[in-house]
Order: sequence, then C-alpha cells, then structure tokens
Amino acid sequence: MSAPVEDIDGAKTADAGLAVTRRQFIAGGGALVLSFSLAARALAQDKSESGGDTKPADGKASALPGSLKKTPELDAWIRIDANGAATVFTGKAELGQGIRTALLQVAAEQLCVDWNRIGIVTADTERTANEGYTAGSHSMQDSGTAILHAAAQVRELLVGLAATQWNLPAAQLVAQHGEVRAPDGKRIGYGALVSGQNLHVSAAPTSRLIDPKTHAYMGKPVPRVDIPAKVSGGAAYVQDMRLPGMVHGRVLRPPSRGAQLVSLDSAPASRLPGVLKVVRDGSFVAVIAAKEFQAIVAVDALRRAAKWTDGPALPAQQNIYATLRALPSEDETISDIRNDGGTGVRTVNATYHRPYQMHSSIGPSCAVAWLQGDKMTVWSHGQGAFPLRKAISDLLQFPPERVHVIHTEGSGCYGHNAADDAGGDAALLARALPGRPVRVQWMRVDEHTSEPYGPAMISQARATLAADGSVAEWQYEVWSNTHSTRPGSAGDLAAGPTLATPFTPSKPQKIPQPEGGGDRNSVPLYKFRNSKVVHHFIPAMPLRVSAMRGLGAYMNIFSLESFMDEMATAAGADPVEFRLRHMEDKRAREVIQAAAARFGWSAYQQARGRGRGFAFARYKNLGAYLALAMEVEVDHESGRIRVLRVNAAVDSGEAVNPDGIRNQVEGGVVQSLSWTMFEAVRFAGTRILSRDWSSYPILRFGDAPGRIDIQVMERPGQPFLGTGEASQGPTAACLANAVADATGVRMRELPLSPARMKAAIGV
Amino acid sequence: MITLNVNGRDHQVDADPATPLLYVLRDELQLNGAKYGCGMGQCGACTVMVDGAAVFSCLTPVSLLPGRRIKTVEGLGSAEKPGVVQRAFIEEQAAQCGYCIAGMVMRAQALLEQNPSPTPTQVRDAMSPNLCRCGTHMRILRAVDRAADAIKSAGVDLKEAGNVRTG
Repeated sequence: MSAPVEDIDGAKTADAGLAVTRRQFIAGGGALVLSFSLAARALAQDKSESGGDTKPADGKASALPGSLKKTPELDAWIRIDANGAATVFTGKAELGQGIRTALLQVAAEQLCVDWNRIGIVTADTERTANEGYTAGSHSMQDSGTAILHAAAQVRELLVGLAATQWNLPAAQLVAQHGEVRAPDGKRIGYGALVSGQNLHVSAAPTSRLIDPKTHAYMGKPVPRVDIPAKVSGGAAYVQDMRLPGMVHGRVLRPPSRGAQLVSLDSAPASRLPGVLKVVRDGSFVAVIAAKEFQAIVAVDALRRAAKWTDGPALPAQQNIYATLRALPSEDETISDIRNDGGTGVRTVNATYHRPYQMHSSIGPSCAVAWLQGDKMTVWSHGQGAFPLRKAISDLLQFPPERVHVIHTEGSGCYGHNAADDAGGDAALLARALPGRPVRVQWMRVDEHTSEPYGPAMISQARATLAADGSVAEWQYEVWSNTHSTRPGSAGDLAAGPTLATPFTPSKPQKIPQPEGGGDRNSVPLYKFRNSKVVHHFIPAMPLRVSAMRGLGAYMNIFSLESFMDEMATAAGADPVEFRLRHMEDKRAREVIQAAAARFGWSAYQQARGRGRGFAFARYKNLGAYLALAMEVEVDHESGRIRVLRVNAAVDSGEAVNPDGIRNQVEGGVVQSLSWTMFEAVRFAGTRILSRDWSSYPILRFGDAPGRIDIQVMERPGQPFLGTGEASQGPTAACLANAVADATGVRMRELPLSPARMKAAIGV
Repeated sequence: MITLNVNGRDHQVDADPATPLLYVLRDELQLNGAKYGCGMGQCGACTVMVDGAAVFSCLTPVSLLPGRRIKTVEGLGSAEKPGVVQRAFIEEQAAQCGYCIAGMVMRAQALLEQNPSPTPTQVRDAMSPNLCRCGTHMRILRAVDRAADAIKSAGVDLKEAGNVRTG
C-alpha cells in the first residue's frame, strides 16, 4: 500500500507489521478461511452491558482492538472465496440501527473490494464470533473496530502473498478493487491469491489503515442495504420466514406474573380446525396449529378454558416510588471527589422520578424453531445469539452444541424486550412437534403485559453554588432496580419459571462502572470542585424489568441536565454558558457550542407561550458526545407540549455512515420525546393495565417535532464512539428545560403528560 | 372458497370467512408487506388499500372483500423497480427497523391517490393512524413530500403508475 496509514488512535504507524503467530498455508476448500474454532471460546466474565469488548477468555489483558481481544483470529471476521467475493462475519445483530451497512462500509474500505463483491453474516452461533449482546451502543466500538483491523490486516496479508508470488517488495504493491497490482501493470485477484489455501492467523495490535482522505465508503452516506426489501414486501424479518411444513404456535401467558394454572380443559381447543397439538408443561400452555389464525382462535379457546391462581400483588402505582425507596438496597459510592472548594453561598435540592416504561416494539416478538434429529435450530431477533443458545440449552436440557441460534431481524427492540422469550417458547413447541418448524409470534397484549420494562427510578440532587457562580459541591443519589435480566439462564426466559420443573430467574446483578446500569451517566462529566455520587441498587423487583435503550442514562441525564439548568437559574447564568463554565473536555465543549450555534441560542427571541431548552451528555461518559437545543410551545388549554424545532450536534468519533448517525439520533430524539411526554406503565392489583396502544399511548405523527436538524462532527481517524442510545437522556432534559423556560414551571416527574402539565401550569 | 382480487389478480382462497385479510395475505398468498402489529387497528402495521382507501387488514374479514380491489405494498413495485412512493422512502432512507414501513407506504399511497398535493398538516393527519417506534417520523414525512413532488414534476397518475401484478 502506498497510501499513508494511521492506527486507530490516530498515531502514525510506519509499518505495523503483522504478528503472524500461526502462518499456516493448508490445502483447503478454495477459501482463505473455511473454519475457525468457536467452541472453546466461552463468554468471558461479562463486565460490560454488551459482554463484547471485555477481556479474552483466558483473562489475560490484550492489546488488540475491539472484539479482536476475545476473538483474535482474522478468519473469524473476514473470508475471501476462491471467486474473489468477500464475506464479513460479525457477532453483532442488525436491530434496525443500520449496523449491517456500516460494517460493510468498514470492511469494503479496508479490504479494498468493491461494494457488490462483499456480503455479511450476522450473529450466528455456528458461523460468527461470540460478541455477547448487541447492546449498549457497542456495535461499532466492538465489532466495527475488530472488522476495521481484521479487514486491513487481511488486505496486507493478500498483498504479502502477491509479493511472495511475484518476488517483489510488498511496499511496491497496491490493493485495489479486490486485486493486488504491481507497478508494471501485473495484477492478481484476491480469489486467485487465496485459492487452495487456508489461513488462520492472529491479529496484530495495530494495522495499516486506509488514509481517511482517500475513503470511498467510510464517511459516506451509503444507502442502507436492507431498506429496499423493507419498503417492497421482501422477506426481511423472522416474522416473514416460511420454512417447509412450518406450523404456528401461540402461548397462553398467565394473566399475571407468577400466576399458576389450576385447571385446563383443552378438549374444546383441540377440536378446532387446524389444531395439531395443545402443549402443557406446568403453567406453560400453548397450542400449535397449521395456520396462524387457527392458532390465534385456538389460544382464545384455551384462555376461556383455563383457571389460574392470581400472582403476587403488585405495589400500588401511586406509591411506587416510596415502595421502591423502602426496599433494601446495596449502596455504593461510585464517585467521590474532594478538593478545597469555595464556600457555598446557596444550596439547591431537587428530586426526580421516572416511571416504568416499555420497549413497545411495533411488531410483537417472534421466533421460529425446528427440531431436526437431535438438533434444535432457533431463528430469533434477540440481542444475544450466544447467550440465548445457553438459555435454550438449559431450558431443553440439551447440550449447547445441539442448539443453533441464528439472529434474524425482527421489529426494533430498543433493549431487552420479549424477543428471547419468544425464542424459548418456539424451542419448547418445536421439541413438542419434532421435525416441523414452529413459528411463534406473541400477541399484542402479551408483549405489552409480559415484556420486561425499563425500571422505575428515583434520583436526588443537591448542590451548592460558590460566590463566583460556580458549583462548589455536588451530590447525587439514584435508586434503581437492575437494568439487565437478559438470559443468562432458562429462568430468565418468560417460559422458564412457569414449567412443571421450574427454572429460577438469575439473581439481579449490577452492571459495574464505568458503564453502569442504574447508575449509568450518574457521574457528571462537568468539573466540580467537590462531588459525590451514590448508587442505591435495589435487588427486589416488584415488576419484571430489564435493559431499555440507554438504561439508567435516560433518567440520570434527565436529572443531571435538568439540575444543571436549575443551578444556572440559581446562579443567574445562561444555561449554555453555565455548562461551558464547568466543562473542560474539548470535544464536549465543541458539541455544546455547535448545537447552540445551529439553534441560534445567543440571538434567540422568546415569543409568548414558547421557550427554549438545552442539554448535553457524553453517553456512558465513554461513547458519543451529544448536545441539543429545542424550542417548545405549551398549550394551556390541553397541557400538550409542541416541539417546534430541535438542533443537535453529535460527535461519534469517525463517522462511518453520517446519514446512519443522523437517522439514529433523529430516531432517538423522537423516541425519547415519546417516553418523556406520554409514557408510564399502569398497573393495579395483580395486573398490568397497559395492554395495548390506547392504554399505553406513544407518540403519533401529530406530536412529532416541527423539524430536527443534526450536525455530525467530522472526526476522521478517531475511534468509533457508540451513538445508538446517546439521544435518550439529553432529549428528556432538554424538553423539561424548554418547558420550564416556556411556563416557569420545573417538571421533575416523568412523563410530562398533558394531564400533568395542565395540573402544573394551573389552568 | 372466496375469490379475492389482490394487486390486480384474482385468487381463490380457502379460508374461514371470518379470517382477517392480514392472515390470508400472509399465509395463503405469502405476501410479507402487511404486518401483524396489534390486531386492533391501533398501529397501522397491517395497512393495505381496498378500492383506493387505506384499511387495517387485521380488522377486515375476508367475507367483506369479494369484488373489491385489494392492493398491498407488493403491488406498488419491487426492490429492483420501486414505485413512486417506495422510491421516495428509499431516497429519504425513511426506515430504521422498518417493521412499520410497508404500512406507512400504503397509508401514504392512499393519501396521495386522493390528494396529490397535501399540506403538511394534511400529511400528518393522514399518517396519524400508523405508529413508528424507531422515531423515523421526520423522514417518513419527508418521503411523503418527496413522493408528492415526484408526482407533480412527472405528471404521473399514481393510481396507474407502478402497479405490479403479483401472486
């Protein structure tokens, strides 16, 4: 390669070289890579939300970038066929975030192959590396980084093979369009170079990367590869799978969590047209029918014929925050900074509340499972193919090698919804009907009432201003359940605890700092002279909860960034200036300034009934930097908030697909507005009352913002920073700040629903 | 047997007359576009057109449909040859997970067949029955505008353009 190269940290690397630990050229099936060992690679101790970018399985520290740490072999990531076609393998899954396209861009760029000569295989327990869960905005950081380096190093190996073949120095050769070219015009395709050879080598810590200035794919708004099929009825989702002889299952979920089946007369349902089997195992009840609507009719018949005990009573919704606060908690001081500070002259206190909220996928969860011989194959849209394989192998008492999980896209999940549960259901039904593929889709009411919710949370902030208008002392405490009950084990699947021999849910765990769970983003990025942050982790879960986009960051950033405005008001300072006063991080300052400039913050003229707000966060204090400003209008008759315009700036490190980043940020802003303006799970007695879209309303087109404008900061050569969840928290605080500016009323309890707004502004 | 005209072609369907159109489209005719979302007409993922109007296929029993013209997203074009509205959605990259998008395309198609030059308020009102959870609303609105512009500049009659026979 003649192009100048940089390593991932932007430092110049003259000649990284390749640590070819096992340079083996073995006669094989005409591909650079045919096989690689996955079985031995157990998931290492999961210390991050994704379980992806952690230490290698042997526990030794690794200098390798991204997911290469755990899966260092290049052939786990890139394959070149004898015909020259390239395939990328990722352990991450397409969840609608556009990862398929972005990873293809990275690989095509670094491999120097044409767009139409490269394909991708996503999370599959028999084909890809184990990258844990597709979660925590980790896909680009973990998998994108691994593929960036693996593709660059495979390209260099190919150049090396040509150099050996031609007896020329590698430095004279160039890789282009899937070929290696020599100065005299000689050329050879990648396919010919690898033909008849197998290569299984370990990655090097640094790579010769393509100069960002010459990029053909990275940094370009390449159209997403999956959208044409999605707008034209192509088979795009697990819901669209039609395997030979496939039948349809429906599960009768208990009326409340923990309810036990007392009796069931399955005869009427069994006699209905198309019904093949009624399955009962303890309190797990399901029906399998030839056609989907027959299964739906039959499960309704089962519902009428089933008698249940009631599950345990839920706490009273009106007292939920007091109930949670009263539960035992494990308390941990996660940050404590002590300096001699100025004397405080004014102290401000605030308490914030966030209700249970749900993922609310538009398509209820679905899976297809097929028992062929002694092998169970499950197609699932869950976030973790490998963890789901473990849970299903426990559930069925099959050894893991008899379970094959293939990620297949579904409706967007936004965290841990019922996708894994549906996978468990499908596996149980496929075991009951060997040889027939069984498709299971949940009904709307089941998705609404049985999925694991984003946890209710409480936070308290207290800060003291010094005479110079800066924060002298900052204290913050947050109370929360766990933010991940992902499987794990069979007990973490909805069906597990309901079986005759029940499985027990895993003990709730904290996700430790620096990523955090309930305490994610509870440590401010601002520089305060003294500060203390305490996380109160509440293990007991009155309602089933788990990871929802952003985890605790949504609530903590809502609290911190609302409180920054409250402090700015106390200091008589402009909110943007007040933030900059306490911010040293250069990139943070730049997004704050960019968002303010695009909004026209300094020249803003406030119109009657309107107001503006601002908020900033760096997701997890590790991922993308995002700042936004918005203007709102509050209708005094209805209490309805109208968002007139939003201006955001985001720094995602090197932007592989700037339009993909815009799409994610726009989507995150709108989704967070929906959570923040409308959403709270309702419950009473033993039952969830939010059963459909009328009892759990979400944002519709009439409440979408007037416009959203997003600036993507240009950071060529910088490490990728996770972006998918970066908008959730700042949007919530920005809205509350704008509402406070428009009405003079500070809203500290979510959601800012029309009824609550109307009560607060007193009309 | 019930005869249904879908995307310009008659199909003999062996289904209980109470079966919602959605399941006949998906299971009998193997069309993927219409999606199950709620079964209650609250989300619009199942939206198709019947005699030019957008309907919830999850709520419409097939017994009501003989002699009516049913159109699904497959009838507007294909991934290779998208119809006007489909092309606008691709050009705006108006999808994230995309589960709602076929329903959105059909809702927009029905609007633009009735009213090729809708105001922004009319577009929002018309699209309101359909839910999107990824928050792709701004792009969907832009795609509808783009389709309206394309219709205007090309002078096409949307009712005739891009119709594809399937099945």
